[in-house]
Amino acid sequence: MKKGLLAFFKRIEPNKEKSPFLHTLFDGFFTLAFRPDDVTKGGVHIRDGMDLKRQMVHVVFALGILYLFGTYNIGHQHFVALGEYGGFLDGFHLKLVYGLVKILPIFIVAHVVGLGIEFYYAYKKGHGIEEGFLVSGALIPLIMPPDIPLWILTLAVAFAVWIGKEAFGGTGMNILNVALLARVFVFFAYPTYISGDEVWIAGIEKAAEGGYFGQAYGVVYGFFDSIFSGFGWATFGEGGKAVIDGYTGATPLALAYQGGWEKVTETYSASQMLWGTIPASIGESSKPLIILGALFLVFTKIADWRIMFSMLLGAVFTSLLFNAWGATDFMTVPWYYQLYMGSFWFAMAFMATDPVTATATTTGKWIYGFLIGFVGMIVRVLNPAYPEGWMLAILFMNVFAPLIDHYVLQANINRRAKRVKTAA
Amino acid sequence: MRHIASKVLYTLIALLLSNAIFAQDAASGATSGGTWVFYSIMAAAVLVFFFIVVQVSDNLLAIEAKQAGVDTDKANLSLMPRVKELFRPKTPDHLAGKPVTSLKRGHDILLEGVASETIDHSVKATTFAVQPTNFIGISPIPKVVVEVGDEVKAGDILFHEKKRPEWKWAAPVSGEVIAVNRGAKRAITEVVILADKEMSYRSLDAIDLEQASREELKGFLQESGAWPLIMQRPFNVIADTAATPRDIFISTFDSAPLAPNLNLVVEGNEAAFQKGLDALNKLTDGSVYLGLDARDGHAPHTAFENATGVEKHWFRGAHPSGNVGVQIHHLKPLASSDVAWTLTVQNVITLGRLFTEQRFNTERLVALTGAELHSPKYVNTYLGAKVGDLLDGNLANDHVRFISGDVLSGEQKTVDGFLNFHDDQITVVEEGDDYQLFGWLLPSLNTPSISKTFPSAFLPDLTFKANTNTNGEKRAFVVTGNYEEVLPMDIYPQSLFKSILVGDFERMEGLGLHELVEEDVALCEFVCVSKQPVQQIVRQGLDMMREQS
Repeated sequence: MKKGLLAFFKRIEPNKEKSPFLHTLFDGFFTLAFRPDDVTKGGVHIRDGMDLKRQMVHVVFALGILYLFGTYNIGHQHFVALGEYGGFLDGFHLKLVYGLVKILPIFIVAHVVGLGIEFYYAYKKGHGIEEGFLVSGALIPLIMPPDIPLWILTLAVAFAVWIGKEAFGGTGMNILNVALLARVFVFFAYPTYISGDEVWIAGIEKAAEGGYFGQAYGVVYGFFDSIFSGFGWATFGEGGKAVIDGYTGATPLALAYQGGWEKVTETYSASQMLWGTIPASIGESSKPLIILGALFLVFTKIADWRIMFSMLLGAVFTSLLFNAWGATDFMTVPWYYQLYMGSFWFAMAFMATDPVTATATTTGKWIYGFLIGFVGMIVRVLNPAYPEGWMLAILFMNVFAPLIDHYVLQANINRRAKRVKTAA
Repeated sequence: MRHIASKVLYTLIALLLSNAIFAQDAASGATSGGTWVFYSIMAAAVLVFFFIVVQVSDNLLAIEAKQAGVDTDKANLSLMPRVKELFRPKTPDHLAGKPVTSLKRGHDILLEGVASETIDHSVKATTFAVQPTNFIGISPIPKVVVEVGDEVKAGDILFHEKKRPEWKWAAPVSGEVIAVNRGAKRAITEVVILADKEMSYRSLDAIDLEQASREELKGFLQESGAWPLIMQRPFNVIADTAATPRDIFISTFDSAPLAPNLNLVVEGNEAAFQKGLDALNKLTDGSVYLGLDARDGHAPHTAFENATGVEKHWFRGAHPSGNVGVQIHHLKPLASSDVAWTLTVQNVITLGRLFTEQRFNTERLVALTGAELHSPKYVNTYLGAKVGDLLDGNLANDHVRFISGDVLSGEQKTVDGFLNFHDDQITVVEEGDDYQLFGWLLPSLNTPSISKTFPSAFLPDLTFKANTNTNGEKRAFVVTGNYEEVLPMDIYPQSLFKSILVGDFERMEGLGLHELVEEDVALCEFVCVSKQPVQQIVRQGLDMMREQS
């Protein structure tokens, strides 16, 4: 089978001179199927089995479980808002299909746009297709609201990859986290699509006379309905139902800002927030699954535990300070409940640990992580304009990472210079 | 230290003041949530206060001791144990009371094909060569003083450096000069000698090591052609004859993959080794340092352990603990202005034989290693033996690569090539020029890696039959912290490499490039996820530095 596939690839290989773009594309897929036959030359004679593809794809593995949960949760939140199938596993097939129909276009668009730009630059600069977008492309759908219009997503991904990465020289050269850049683009360019109470639940619309309604189900759902009714299962139906009374869809953080932890627990229980069956960005809500992914990354040493741990320390430290201060209701939320809300864990496990945009030195990583925790918690608690602080805190610290590294390195240089002095 | 203490004290005062403010808040009844935070901060403050008091008095004590002439670096006068001492792994009993440095970072690549500890005397090389290309920083066309067809004795001078005629290279064996091979731009690559069956040596004028002055000794070493045995740091070049090194360093064990056991090498050459050390002692005002093997399951030979006139220091830990550069860093790090000399154990023995045998005798053990050999073993030969001669009939596979040295920093040779001047190992590994379906993804059992994404992470004793595939394509630097894991030195490798690539001269010197040579960063290159040519980058930086100085 290997020989046949290899022969097939060799047969379809485009001419490098005549059609360089096609050859770049071919090369990308070929190296995905086969490890190339390059051998070491000069320097070491054997190489570690780890390469960038393997490194990146293990992050995607860690995210896989979040995709499963996120997809289902889209459907779950939709039906809960409409007052149908309240139990988590009720209407399983409907929730799953609903989630899939929402997430697949987002996933596909993010990849087509992002990879398209990557391919173009690989061809233009004449190097192989780099793996950086494997992770960015997997992260972007998870941090978007489920109803994000695809044209906004297109713009956001294009902006992030183009301006955020390729303009700086491609994979490994970017200063800001690409996935967060896509989100921050949506956040500042199209704020109405990513803030407010209704955006975190798919398929809910604000009616003119006030009140929320479920959108009518489109053709795709009709197709599935015909299948489901064939089995005698529940179907989507027509849609357009009113959202049940008193349902707001507000995120825990928005509630906490209004009235502290008490206000939050009026709507959500702690275990709901822990397991993530609440309205949120697609993949950021389920804490145990994220921590599972984080542990996997720490064990495989793909992400640095120092950043994660010090970020946790920073966040806890800051919320303790707020507890002591206690000027607003939000400040009095105990530090452990702060960790139940928002996207802290997701940011910690997958965003802050991006090796390219984080600090490079070991000491620097401690400082970097701690400051993200510190700044992020301040933004979350003190700033009414932003619902969550991690995105801004991480981007902020991305910019400062080279400065932190500079001082760590300078300390090393000074240590060495001192040695000359004592020797002389 | 006092400076820091005062800073801490100010911070503390500020903290206490701010706590008072918090306390007022609580008293005025705004919230009561902060009381336990306040008490815990107070408790911490009290602890910190006592810590500072102890620390300051400790330091005063240390200053007093220093004035009284006590070595405070080695003896800990403090009440509290040093952090280093607290976390030091327990040293085994036989090392108790000895100076041991434990290196936690590093990695042993366990390859198949370890040489069995038997010396095969039946393997005889017939062709030998001295290769000017083994040395960095000499002119490409040295002055060759013999002609093709000449009969030479072992120890006869073959060629010398044009600009520095005191750098002379001697014939390792007696026989007929059969070729002077040239490479690109007519650079001389090899002076080849077909060896006699019976060695005959040029007899050297005996020199009394006890009486001779340093200059006489240097002159003797240069005349005998033994000078190129001594290498100089920084840059790993031939020792400067005019320089007096700060110290001389010798590592008595090799921790590289499949490296020869140097205990076997010194066996039977104890006297020559000690004589070599005595000679080296005359060349420096500082000390001769011996790095000894304290790894688990290894014990240094008595010749190393009982060597006299040297500073002995034990090293524990995975490769590169046996690299002399790493040992220098932990014993007495090089400042950029310092010069230190290094020698291999084989070369110390060769040097010692100048005095015990009065001849330039380059006889040495060479380890034939690698999974592609029928019987990996040791052979007895001379410096610069032909690879093909040594491996004759021992190859299990013909799609292989011959390496003079180890798989990390050795040099690729053809079957007609010769062992490099300082190498005492040949490694044979399989060429890996084949495609592998989803090779980047599979949990292959036969791929050495420090990554825990391979099943080998759960099988610590698994050995590998590695091949030369790059296992991926070259990329920009992405991953951080990987290099640090395998470089047990206070150096930031990735930042250093980047500063070399952009040619930032000041920074590369500041970050400690002069403390490194290729072999020290070879593991960094092995683990590099981006498949960067790290050793080449380091050499590029060292060349830049050398040209500047």
